[in-house]
Amino acid sequence: MMRAVSAAETAVTTHPWEVHAEGLRVRAGRHLAVDGLDLALPSGVHGLLGPNGAGKTTLIRALATVLNPAGGRLTLLGHSVDSRSDLRSLRRNLGYLPQHFGFYPRFTVREFVGYMAWLKEMPKAEVAAAVQRSIDRVGLTSKADARLKTLSGGMLRRAGIAQAIVNDPQLLLLDEPTVGLDPEQRLDFRELLRDLGTDSCVLVSTHLVEDVVAACTDVLVLNVGRLVWQGTPEGLTMQGDQGDAGDSPAERGYSAVLRRHRAEAVR
Amino acid sequence: MTTTHPTMSQIERYAAGDPGLDEASVWAVEVHLEDCGDCRARLAGATTVDTRTLIDRVAMNLDREIAATPVPAGRSRPWSVLRHRWFVGTLLPWLAMTATVLASAALLGELWAGRPSLVLLIAPLAPLPGVAVAWHRRADPAWELIAATPATGLTMLLRRTAAVLAFVIPALAVAGARTGVSLALMLLPCLAFTAATLLLGTLVGVRRAAIGLIAIWTLVVIAPSLAAARLPVVLAADSAGIWALATLLLTVMALLRVNGLRRLTHHD
Repeated sequence: MMRAVSAAETAVTTHPWEVHAEGLRVRAGRHLAVDGLDLALPSGVHGLLGPNGAGKTTLIRALATVLNPAGGRLTLLGHSVDSRSDLRSLRRNLGYLPQHFGFYPRFTVREFVGYMAWLKEMPKAEVAAAVQRSIDRVGLTSKADARLKTLSGGMLRRAGIAQAIVNDPQLLLLDEPTVGLDPEQRLDFRELLRDLGTDSCVLVSTHLVEDVVAACTDVLVLNVGRLVWQGTPEGLTMQGDQGDAGDSPAERGYSAVLRRHRAEAVR
Repeated sequence: MTTTHPTMSQIERYAAGDPGLDEASVWAVEVHLEDCGDCRARLAGATTVDTRTLIDRVAMNLDREIAATPVPAGRSRPWSVLRHRWFVGTLLPWLAMTATVLASAALLGELWAGRPSLVLLIAPLAPLPGVAVAWHRRADPAWELIAATPATGLTMLLRRTAAVLAFVIPALAVAGARTGVSLALMLLPCLAFTAATLLLGTLVGVRRAAIGLIAIWTLVVIAPSLAAARLPVVLAADSAGIWALATLLLTVMALLRVNGLRRLTHHD
């Protein structure tokens, strides 16, 4: 396994990891989509890269406490997560944007974000201001009172991000947040990510390597349910050479990491 | 109480953003300015031409934007309505079906005098379709989002089950009014089956638990009773005490196992 920082090595230190997993296994249906994953994430913005079927969405769903771990150990914000855990206090500090999220089409953006704030059991007195703040942060101020069914795909995605950050979560999980965003919105979103990562742990799953390089402090590469590389965006850039597939040094580095992992797997 | 106004030099340094002015002084000046109109006027006079131009431009832009923005809509819809919208849109059709079945059972009971009360026979099953739908992820578009919130679990269990029972119990009472059967014998099995569905649901999923219980009750109790044209022993008049005990036990066990319902992806 090639990575700049080994989770297994660092796990014994006293770092207050926001996310800590040892030998984590998670099923997606009958398939073991995450298989023996070691992970240690402090505060900051972590980019999760990997080819289709690598287990990114399954990992994020397990970290969002939607899926039960099938094995191994998982600790989130100091709470041990297993089938018997009381997840209530942990979930109050979670923010989650699923890859495909359903919504109530007749709700306005404000009602939708407010409803999620209520489900996240935020103090009643804080809800209205928190809702407005999160809508402003994603740039939907002018659409705050528009119904969700009238919004474009990119706007819906931003409404999804607004509900995820409404409770100022300590652990924020975003699955493909930039899908449907135009280039300008993506730049704004990177800015927002950097801002959010200063005092919380943000895990962003994406297939856009340039988003990870621009906004993340740490990169994770997942392949066939395992962490195959972890390091800085600069470190990822240095992995590749001119012969690797990709339009940028970072993309070539990402391709090189996957190519080497596949070659190791064959041996 | 006497007020100490900041000196003109302090105000000028504040207006110029002098980095030499320490944080405590900046804070003191700001607090004072909030309450003192005279000093605000002195501050306005102390600003540079550039700053005044900037402020005028911002004010002009703001005025223009305010004029261009539509008047804010009235009060948003009350929360109670929003919270119940899911209930109305998704659950109501199922509850309407339950009410129709109960009304048909009551009508058939009238026509088939001398047979065991159909309403009494199906009473335990009446809340189960509603409970199953209330817990089924495909019935709630925002299910994936809701599953990661603290409200999933006991809060939602009590809220959604209570919503179903609040509809089914009056419907049962009305449908059973003319059957002459005691209300307790009608309602206690209904509550016991609701608790049993939730309890089993922690193991196999609420929807499967509901389908299983409906199938078993239909095959083991309803069909033989109709065939033999007499009430089964389990619904005899003196069985109310046993049903009360079963309801209590099953409810306590369901509440103890509520962690099993905190994640709904297990089986549903």
